[in-house]
Amino acid sequence: MVKVLLWGSLRAHTDGQAEIEVQARTFKEVLDRLAEAHPGLRPQIERGVSMAIDGRVYREAWFTPIRPDSEVVVMPYMQGG
Amino acid sequence: MAFDSHEKRVFKQVGTRPPRPDGVDKVTGRAQYGADVTAPGMLTARILRSPHAHARIVSIDTSEAEAMAGVKGVVTGRDFALPEDAGLADIAVNVMARDKALYDGHAVAAVAAVSPAIAKAALKAIKVQYEVLPHVTDVDAAMQPGAPVVLEGRALESVPAGMSVNVTHASEFGHGDLAAGFAKADRIVERSFKTAATHQGYIEPHACLASVTVDGKADLWCCTQGQFMVRTVCAALMGMEASQLRVTASEIGGGFGGKTTVFIEPVALVLARKTGRPVKITMTRDEVFRATGPTVSTSIDVKIGMTKDGRITAGEARLRYSGGAFPCGTVDMGAMAAFAAYDLEAVRTQGWNALTNRPKEAAYRAPGAPQAIYAVESVVDELCQILKLDPLDVRIRNAAKKGTKSSYGPVFDDIGLLATLEAAKAHPHYKAPLKPGQARGVSCGFWFNFGGNTCVSLNVNTDGTVGVTEGNPDIGGSRASISLMAAEELGIPYDKVRTIVADTASLGYNDVTDGSRVTFSVGLATIAAARDAKTKMCARAAKIWGIDEEAVEWKDGAAWPAGPNAGQFPPMSLAEIAAVSFQTGGPIAGHHEVNADGAGVSFGVHLCDLEVDPETGKTTILRYSVFQDAGKAVHPDYVEGQMQGGAVQGIGWALNEEYIYGRDGRMQNPGFLDYRVPVASDLPMIEAVILEIPNPGHPYGVRGVGETPIVPPLAAISNGVSRAVGVRMQELPLSPPRVLKAIKAA
Repeated sequence: MVKVLLWGSLRAHTDGQAEIEVQARTFKEVLDRLAEAHPGLRPQIERGVSMAIDGRVYREAWFTPIRPDSEVVVMPYMQGG
Repeated sequence: MAFDSHEKRVFKQVGTRPPRPDGVDKVTGRAQYGADVTAPGMLTARILRSPHAHARIVSIDTSEAEAMAGVKGVVTGRDFALPEDAGLADIAVNVMARDKALYDGHAVAAVAAVSPAIAKAALKAIKVQYEVLPHVTDVDAAMQPGAPVVLEGRALESVPAGMSVNVTHASEFGHGDLAAGFAKADRIVERSFKTAATHQGYIEPHACLASVTVDGKADLWCCTQGQFMVRTVCAALMGMEASQLRVTASEIGGGFGGKTTVFIEPVALVLARKTGRPVKITMTRDEVFRATGPTVSTSIDVKIGMTKDGRITAGEARLRYSGGAFPCGTVDMGAMAAFAAYDLEAVRTQGWNALTNRPKEAAYRAPGAPQAIYAVESVVDELCQILKLDPLDVRIRNAAKKGTKSSYGPVFDDIGLLATLEAAKAHPHYKAPLKPGQARGVSCGFWFNFGGNTCVSLNVNTDGTVGVTEGNPDIGGSRASISLMAAEELGIPYDKVRTIVADTASLGYNDVTDGSRVTFSVGLATIAAARDAKTKMCARAAKIWGIDEEAVEWKDGAAWPAGPNAGQFPPMSLAEIAAVSFQTGGPIAGHHEVNADGAGVSFGVHLCDLEVDPETGKTTILRYSVFQDAGKAVHPDYVEGQMQGGAVQGIGWALNEEYIYGRDGRMQNPGFLDYRVPVASDLPMIEAVILEIPNPGHPYGVRGVGETPIVPPLAAISNGVSRAVGVRMQELPLSPPRVLKAIKAA
């Protein structure tokens, strides 16, 4: 199981939980499991999110591996200028 | 690709300052910008724009214009497809209004004619019947119950029930127990701030030329930060397949984020398809101001608690942004960035975006961060003043570092903030005495930096030269940096490498030039492509020598036999291998395609000495220093240029730049005479101090540098002005009338 930290405004769709545990080995599996467990998250996930894995921010890297002890933070999709 | 930490690399090319490859073309006028492209039989198009801030379009009668001699085509919103995707649909509606004009300057129709004069005259013959609606241009007013409704039904699921219909986004970040944190503070300061919308102010207005053949193939030449983005958006709006639309990016006279979307390109394409002739559109400066760009306008509350000895115990911010007439997520970036420079036990930021009758926001260097960090850094500075603490010492004491849980969630890896703060403190600027009436402002800045989709081809020519083909318009010197990294990796001189920017038919997809990504991502892909080519060249040498490929290594620009059984052969240089490439297997090329991650966040610290004329309120910048971590400065001239350019643009935001709206909701200052950007005579030389803390996510340690330097100037200057006049300033810009009013009220 991987602990996934969500940004605050997503907690409205997870019964107030800031941290969710999911069975996942990759970036994509984290998002798939989150959307299955908490369908309210699906619109945001489909619009796009970033994910910090052990401090490195990924934007669309489906197959980035995640270890059970990885620090995983779901963040808004990053955009720059 | 991770940092090459296994070898102590001594750079030979990277870190030098060769002349810029585009310099001669630009100073001799040979460089082809967007408006320089022409085609036989070309028509000129002009766009009719709404004179109202908010109005229902009852009808548009184009018959008289269409009947004019020399007019070849007229289009309105009905001529554009409306994609299902909400983001693309917003771009389509921004490109050409449909039911409503949403801001002063919103396009409502366009004419293509045989001359600019006829096109301009034809605009006057178009009859638009408007029903003028109530408008709102202030973000706080837009969030009030009963505010004029810009668009309905656009709130994301994150927006709580009961908020104004104009609120589209809501977000929250942070950790820890705020109440407990504030309870530990010896002093708490809570302030509210406002910042004006500002324009990217690029010198080159938007321009494009579109050509569509009768069998549906199209070419588009345009001034953009991303030709592949233009292809994606325009193909969707035109109902075309991507392969049928080739987009070529011109040289670019500045973008700063403002050219990461489309405005006129779909209009030119639709007119070209309708008329069967090439169509060119060049925006006027008035149009650039009224219908492109600008940043968000903001209203921000910040509350920070601090102990007597300068430890921040808690921080809280509430950010209200408006990205104009369409939904905009920039507030998320501001809410994440606000407290990023600090190692905090308790922090919370909340953000909302509200629709207003302003142009659709476009990205501008570190979008959303300068405003949020201005507010936070202002309150930190005020606490330092109240508690009589050194502002750099306080920032050093609270600085985020490796292992810090950032205010937006992840734990930081190697970051350069502390080194940057310490460099600022040790610099002679910080110790220089100030004269009476002068003051010094300090601020930190932060930006995330991105990587993204990148594709590079590297071709080894038979004469021993190398061509690198990349897909990102060169805004800040990337062709020089990419050539330097290719030369470094191959071990050949810089002047043997030429880097060009390809069109969309010649290379795989590349994300736009944004997010401080190009030197990082394209550099990373170029290094990988060069390694690919080196592997192939080693294989060719192995064939020539009749030994195993594994027994050949690349060193100092040549293939060498390596290992105990490799045999004794003289090394073969790149030129020698290339010269016989046709005989040894054909042309040699390296490629790399990647969605790059690991860009590594960036921090900067700015020092600003200034004085304020007590009679006029005018601020004069006396001395300005920028300290920033570049990871590895590939071409230090360009890195310094980014640091100086960002600082100057930030000085403009801080002192003068703002969208001014009249009571009628129309922009009052759409020109450089009334929208005042800093010019050279307004500024001292900006001293740029580069620090190099390698980014672990790049083989050479490179970090993006383009966006962070626009972040600190807002607070550095506001903090300086506040100390100079003895009043805490809370609104930008600090134009002379605003400062004078504060002085008189004190």
